[in-house]
Amino acid sequence: MPSSLNRVIRHHLAALRMLLVFTVITGIAYPLVVVGIAQAAFPHQANGSLIKDRGRPVASSLIGQNFNLPLNKGQTSPQPDRKWFQPRPSAAGTTGYDPTSSGASNLGPNNPDLVAVIKARRAAVAAFDGVPPSSVPVDAVTASGSGLDPDISPAYAYEQVNRVAKAWGLNRPAVRKLVADHIQGRNLGFLGQDRVNVVELNHDLAASK
Amino acid sequence: MPTTTTEEPPEAPVAKDPLAPNPHRVSGGMLDPKQLVTSFPDALRKLDPRVMIRNPVMFVVEVGAVLTTLSAIKSPSVFAWVITVWLWLTTVFANLSEAVAEGRGKAQAETLRRTKTDTVARRLADGWRPGAEGLVEEEIPATQLRLGDCVVVEAGQIIPGDGDVVEGVASVDESAITGESAPVIRESGGDRSAVTGGTKVLSDRIVVKITSKPGETFIDRMIALVEGAARQKTPNEIALNILLASLTIVFLVAVVTLQPFAIFAGAEQTIVILVALVVALIPTTIGALLSAIGIAGMDRLVQRNVLAMSGRAVEAAGDVNTLLLDKTGTITLGNRQASEFLPVRGVDIEQLADAAQLSSLADETPEGRSIVVLAKERYALRGRSEGELAHAEFVPFTAQTRMSGVDLNGEERRALRKGAATAVMRWVRDHGGHPTDEVGPIVDGISGSGGTPLVVGEVSWQNGTAEARILGVIHLKDVVKHGMRERFDELRRMGIKTVMITGDNPLTARAIAEEAGVDDFLAEATPEDKMALIKREQAGGKLVAMTGDGTNDAPALAQADVGVAMNTGTSAAKEAGNMVDLDSNPTKLIEIVEIGKQLLITRGALTTFSIANDVAKYFAIIPAMFASVYPGLQHLNIMGLHSPTSAISSAIIFNALIIVALIPLALRGVRYRPSSASSLLSRNIWIYGLGGLILPFIGIKVIDLLIQFIPGLR
Amino acid sequence: MNNTLAGWLQVIALVGALALSYRPLGDYLAHILTSPRHWRVERLVYRAGGVDGDADQPWPAYLRSVLAFFLVSLLFLYGFLRLQNHLLLSLGMKAVKPDLAFNTAASFVTNTNWQNYSGESTMGHLVQMAGLAVQNFVSAAVGIGVVAALIRGFTRKKTDRVGNFWVDLTRVVLRVLLPVSFVFALVLVAGGVIENFHGIQSITTIAGEHQSLTGGPVASQEAIKELGTNGGGFYNANSSHPFENPNPFTNWLEIYLLLVIGFALPRTFGKMVGDNRQGYAIVAVMALIWASSVAIVTANELHSVSSSAGHLAGGMMEGKEQRFGIWASALFAVSTTLTSCGAVNSFHDSYTPGGGGMTIFNMMLGEIAPGGTGSGLYGILILAVVAVFVAGLMVGRTPEYLGKKLRGQEMKYASLYILTTPAIVLVGAGLAMALPGERAAMLNHGPHGFSEVLYAFTSAANNNGSAFAGLSANTVWYNTALGLAMILGRFLPMVFVLALAGSLASQQPVPVTAGTLPTHRPQFVGLLTGVILIVVGLTYFPALALGPLAEGLH
Repeated sequence: MPSSLNRVIRHHLAALRMLLVFTVITGIAYPLVVVGIAQAAFPHQANGSLIKDRGRPVASSLIGQNFNLPLNKGQTSPQPDRKWFQPRPSAAGTTGYDPTSSGASNLGPNNPDLVAVIKARRAAVAAFDGVPPSSVPVDAVTASGSGLDPDISPAYAYEQVNRVAKAWGLNRPAVRKLVADHIQGRNLGFLGQDRVNVVELNHDLAASK
Repeated sequence: MPTTTTEEPPEAPVAKDPLAPNPHRVSGGMLDPKQLVTSFPDALRKLDPRVMIRNPVMFVVEVGAVLTTLSAIKSPSVFAWVITVWLWLTTVFANLSEAVAEGRGKAQAETLRRTKTDTVARRLADGWRPGAEGLVEEEIPATQLRLGDCVVVEAGQIIPGDGDVVEGVASVDESAITGESAPVIRESGGDRSAVTGGTKVLSDRIVVKITSKPGETFIDRMIALVEGAARQKTPNEIALNILLASLTIVFLVAVVTLQPFAIFAGAEQTIVILVALVVALIPTTIGALLSAIGIAGMDRLVQRNVLAMSGRAVEAAGDVNTLLLDKTGTITLGNRQASEFLPVRGVDIEQLADAAQLSSLADETPEGRSIVVLAKERYALRGRSEGELAHAEFVPFTAQTRMSGVDLNGEERRALRKGAATAVMRWVRDHGGHPTDEVGPIVDGISGSGGTPLVVGEVSWQNGTAEARILGVIHLKDVVKHGMRERFDELRRMGIKTVMITGDNPLTARAIAEEAGVDDFLAEATPEDKMALIKREQAGGKLVAMTGDGTNDAPALAQADVGVAMNTGTSAAKEAGNMVDLDSNPTKLIEIVEIGKQLLITRGALTTFSIANDVAKYFAIIPAMFASVYPGLQHLNIMGLHSPTSAISSAIIFNALIIVALIPLALRGVRYRPSSASSLLSRNIWIYGLGGLILPFIGIKVIDLLIQFIPGLR
Repeated sequence: MNNTLAGWLQVIALVGALALSYRPLGDYLAHILTSPRHWRVERLVYRAGGVDGDADQPWPAYLRSVLAFFLVSLLFLYGFLRLQNHLLLSLGMKAVKPDLAFNTAASFVTNTNWQNYSGESTMGHLVQMAGLAVQNFVSAAVGIGVVAALIRGFTRKKTDRVGNFWVDLTRVVLRVLLPVSFVFALVLVAGGVIENFHGIQSITTIAGEHQSLTGGPVASQEAIKELGTNGGGFYNANSSHPFENPNPFTNWLEIYLLLVIGFALPRTFGKMVGDNRQGYAIVAVMALIWASSVAIVTANELHSVSSSAGHLAGGMMEGKEQRFGIWASALFAVSTTLTSCGAVNSFHDSYTPGGGGMTIFNMMLGEIAPGGTGSGLYGILILAVVAVFVAGLMVGRTPEYLGKKLRGQEMKYASLYILTTPAIVLVGAGLAMALPGERAAMLNHGPHGFSEVLYAFTSAANNNGSAFAGLSANTVWYNTALGLAMILGRFLPMVFVLALAGSLASQQPVPVTAGTLPTHRPQFVGLLTGVILIVVGLTYFPALALGPLAEGLH
C-alpha cells in the first residue's frame, strides 16, 4: 500500500533528521567547544602532558617508553639498556610501548605461555638487576593493561638503583634520592597505589647528569 | 443503656456454625490411597501426546522419555533403562495427579447422575395461567421439556427440571444436590420459588415453570463441573503456564547448547544424560501438579456445597477487596432476640416478665421463643405449657393487628398483648386505658440503639370494669453471631473491607455495624443502592463479592466479581451469580474467599518449591557429567554421590517421586491462615523456598545410598 | 595507609558520592520525563527533526520511533565507517571493512560498544566524534526513554499512551547527558585526559627511539562513554590507556560516572510512581548485588595463588595498571560489567578464574545492578515483575505490582524478556563452539578459551561491550554473529518492555490493601535478589561450570 509505505518513509526521514540534528549538537558542536575550552584552560594536559627537551617533545609523561639498546644486526628482540630504569613488560605492539597499538597480553591466568613468560622475565630481571629471583616485584614480570603504563612500583625502582647508578657512575644514595623524589603517593591519599613514573624518572636522571 | 444481653443465646447455633473462631483453617478432603490405584488407567490414557501437549512442561518430559527409550533400545545399559523407566514414570505420575483430582469429582458426578434417572414430566398441554382450572396434562420424558413449559409435580414425585414454582407451596427434599436431609419449603412468588430438577416433592402439589433447556439444567452443569469437563484454564493459571513454559524453553536452550561446550571440553554427553538434565531442570513438579491444584480447588468448594460456575470465579474470590454481607443470617443470627424487659413505673419487672412470657407462649417465632427463654433464665419463670393454662385462648399475630397475645378466661379474666408500640397502645386506649408518657421515650431509646421495641399491654377485668395499661417494653435486639468481630478483624488483616447490607434505618445499622466490627454499612439498602455501591467500588479497581437470593439481587449478583447465589433463591439469582451455595449459608462467602486464596498460594508455593529444587539437581548432575574431564568439578559433588550414573539416576528418581509425594498437598491445598501478605509470604518462602532448596539434597542423597547397589549404576 | 584501608576508602567514597547524587539526579530525571514544558531549544530540535513534540504515543508508535531511529542510526553509522577515508580528519585511516563496519555500527547503536577494532589504528577523529560519540549520547537516551515509557505504564491508567519518544530522547540528551558530559569532560582534561585534534605525533624518546603519540578529542568522548554506559574507548586499551584515564582520581571519577545514572534511576522510578520507597527497594537490590560482586572480585584478585600465573608472579597484575592496582581495577571491572558499560581499566581475560568468572556472571545477571542507562532499570523491573508474580501467588492474590495486575499478557512479555538474552547468549556461544574454525579464534586453551567465547556472546547480547579480549573476534563470522547478538539483545527486550508498558498503562490500578504484597520492604529486597540469582544461576550454571568453574576448581 503506497500510503502506508509513505508513512513508513516519512517516519524514517524524521528519524534521520533527528539523528542529523543530534550529530550536529553532540558530534560537532560539543567536542569543538570542549576542545576550545580545554586548549585555552588546560593546554598542557589537553595536549598530552608532554615533556620537552630544548623545545622538542621527547615524551608524554603519561605514556611509557622502551629504554632499550639499539638493535644489533641479526638481533630480533632488543635488549634493555642498563643505564635506564626499566618499565614494566608491555604487550603494545611487537616491541612494546607502541601507542598506535595499545593493549594487553590477554593471556589467561593459567595459560602455560604466560606461566613460561613470567618465569623467564623473573630470571631475566633478577640477572639484569643482580638480585635474587624471589625479590623481583610483581610489576616487573607482568604486562600492563594498556601496554603503555608509564609507572612501576617503588620496589621495582629501588631494585634497579644499583644497576643504574653503576651504569651512570653515580653514587647510589643520589640515585635512591632521585627515586624517592619521584614516588607518587595515592591521589587524595587513598586512590590508587604508590608508583614511580619511569619516563619522568629517566628524564630527570638524564638531566641530572 | 444497661447491657443485659444474654451472653450466648441457647438458640445460637454456635456448635454448628462453620464460622467457629480460631483456630480454623480451610481444609480439603484427604487423599485416599486407593484413588491412586483406581486412577492409574486414566493416567496412562492421558499419555496421548495430543492430550499432553496442553501441558508444555510435561510434554517436554514425554518427548524426552521417547528419546531415551529409543536410545536405550539402540545401546542398552542399566543406566539408560533406569532413566527411561523413571522418565515415563514422571509423566505417568503427573497424569496421575490430574486423574486423581478428576476421579474425586467423577464419584460425585456418579451420585448426581443417579438422580437424573428417567424422570417423567406431567406437562400441562396448553400452558398455565393464573387461576386456571382443569388443564390437560400429558406425560413426556423429562428430557423433552422445553423452556417455558409448565409441569405439575405432586408429593412423592421428582421435579423434572429446573424452574420456578408458579402455583402452590410444597416441601421439597433437596438432599440429592445439597446433601441436607431436612426438607425445604418452596412456594410460588417471592424469593423461595426456585426448584431444581432431580429434587423430590414431599408434600402438596406445585406447578413449576421450566427455566432451563434440556441438558443445561443445574444438575447437568453440576455434573460437568465436578467432572472437570467444563474446566478451562483460569487467567492466573494461564499466566503461570506462560512463565513455566518460558523457563522450560530457557532450560532446553541451556542444555541443547551445552553439547557443543561439552564436546569442546572432551566430554560429549549421551542423549540419555542430556534428556535427564533437561527433565531435572524444567519445573516438572509444578507442571505436573498445576491442573490437579485447579481441579482440587473447585473440588474443595464442592465439598463445602458451593458450586462455582468457573475457575475464574474461584480465583477472583481470592482477590476480593470488598465483601458485601447481608446483615441477617450472615452477621446477625437470623432473628432478633429479647435482651431485656423494661417495665414502666409502678410495674415490677417480674410482673412484666411474666406477662411477656405468657403472651409469647404460643408464639413459635424465634422472637417469641427468645422472650420465653429470657423470662425463664433471668427471672426463673419456667415456661408453662399451653395445657397448663386452662381457659387460655391464644391470639396469633396478624398483619392487621400487628400484635399477638393471650386471653385468660379463668378466675381472673385478663388479656395480654405484645406487639408494635402503636398497635398495643391503641389497643390499650380502646379498652379505656391511658398509656403513660414514659413509654414513648423507652420505645424511642430502643429504636435509637438499633433494637426493636415490643410493647406489652394488659387489660384486666375486675368487677366488670376493664382496666387497661401498659406494663412495659421488651427490648428485641439483633444478636451478632459469635466470633464475627474476630473474623472481620482477620479479613481486615487480609486487606478485605466488609460492608454490611441491611434494610434497617441508618441508626440501627450503625449500632449493629459497630457491634459486629464491620468496616462500613449500607442502610435502608435497595437493590439499586447495592448496585451503585458495587459499581463505585469497582470503579476504584476493587473486586467485590456478595451473596444474594432474590430476583432483585440478580443485577447486583451479575455485576459483582464474585456473586454467590443462595440455592434457596430464585433462578434469576442463580443465573446471575457465578457461584451457588447449596446450603444457602451467606457466611460461606468468607470461606470461599479463603479457598480462592489457598488455590493461588498452592500454585505459588509449588512453583517456588519446584524452581528451588533445581539447585540440588545441578549439584548432582553437573559433576557427574564433567568431573571426568575437569576433576575439579568433583568439588561440586557436595552430596558425595556414589557414581555419575547413580547421581543422575537419583536426581531423576527424586524428581519423579516428589510429584507423587506432593499430590496430597496439591489436592488439599497448602495451609492457609488469614494474615497479612508479608507474614504469609515469609512463611511460604521459608517452607517452600528454603525447604525446596534443602529437601532435594537430602532426598537425592538417600536415593543414591539405596540405588548405588544396583549393579549397573556403580 | 595500607592497601586494604585505601581500597575500602575508595569504595566508601564512591558509595557516598553515589548516595549524594541519588536524590537530586533521580528527581531531576523524573522532572524532565514528566514535565509538560519544552525548552525553546527543544522546540527548535523538534522543528528541525520534523517531529511533533506534543503528541503522546501509544506503545506501538513509541516502538516504531525507537526502531526507526535505530535503523537510521545503524545505516548512517555504517555508511560513515565505510566512507571515512573520504571525509575530513580521517588521519589517513582506510575505510572500515564491511563486516567490521556492521559490527561496529551495531555495537554503538545498541549501547554495547564492543570493539573489534583498535581505535588508534582504525578510526579518524571525525568518525569518532560525529559518528561513534553521537551514538554514545543517543543510545543512552533511548534506554532512558524506554524505561520512562515502562514507568508510565505503571503510573498511568486506562490509556494506550506511554509518552513521546522524541521528547524523551531530546530532553535526556539536552538536559542531562550533554551538560553533565560537558562539565566532566573539562574535569577529566584538568586531570590529564587529552582533548585536541592532533593526528599522530612522532617523537624521539628519551632513549632515542621513535614513538608515535596519538591525539584526539578524547576527554569529550570519555565523559559520555562512562556517563552513558557505552564503554567504547577512543583507544584499544580503553580506560587503561593513560590518555583516557591518566591517574587514580580520573579512574575513580570514571567509575562514578558510569554508575551514577544507573543508581539514580530507581529514584526517578520511585518519584514517578509516587512512592520513593519503591525506588529505595530497587536501589537496595542493585547495591546489594554490586557490593557483593565488588567483594568477590576483589578477594579473588587479591588471592593471587588461586592461579598459576598469579602464584608465580606474586600478584594478579597481568593486564592491570600500576597506578590503579588491584582494588581500583577490581572496582572498575565489577562496575563496568554490572552496568552495560563495558569500558575497562584492566583486562579481564587475565583475571583469576574466580574474578573473571564473576565478571561474566555479572553480565549474565542481565545488566541490572545498576545496569545501563535505562536498560538496567527496565531489566530489574522485569525481574521484579517475575518475583512479584511468584510471590504474589504465595500471598493468595492475583499478583500485582504497583497496583497493576500481572495477568497472562503481562507475564507473556516478562517471560519473553527473560527468555531472550539467555537464548541469544547460549545459542551464539553454542554455534561458535560447534564451528571448529571459530573456535580457533581463542587465544587461550581449555576452559579459559571457552570462557572467552562465552564472555563474547554474554557481553554482546547483554550490550556490555567488554571482552575477554584474547578472542580474535575481528572475523567475518564473529563480526556478523556478535553484531546480530547485540541488535537482538538490545531491541527484542525493548519490544517486550514497551508492550508490557502498553499493557500496564491500559489497566485500571488496583488499590493497595493489607492483602497486597508490599514491594518496598527488606523482605522484597531479599526476595528479588534471590529470584535474580536463582533464575540467572540456573540458566547459566552448566556453561559456567565448563568455563570459570572448571578452570578455578582444582
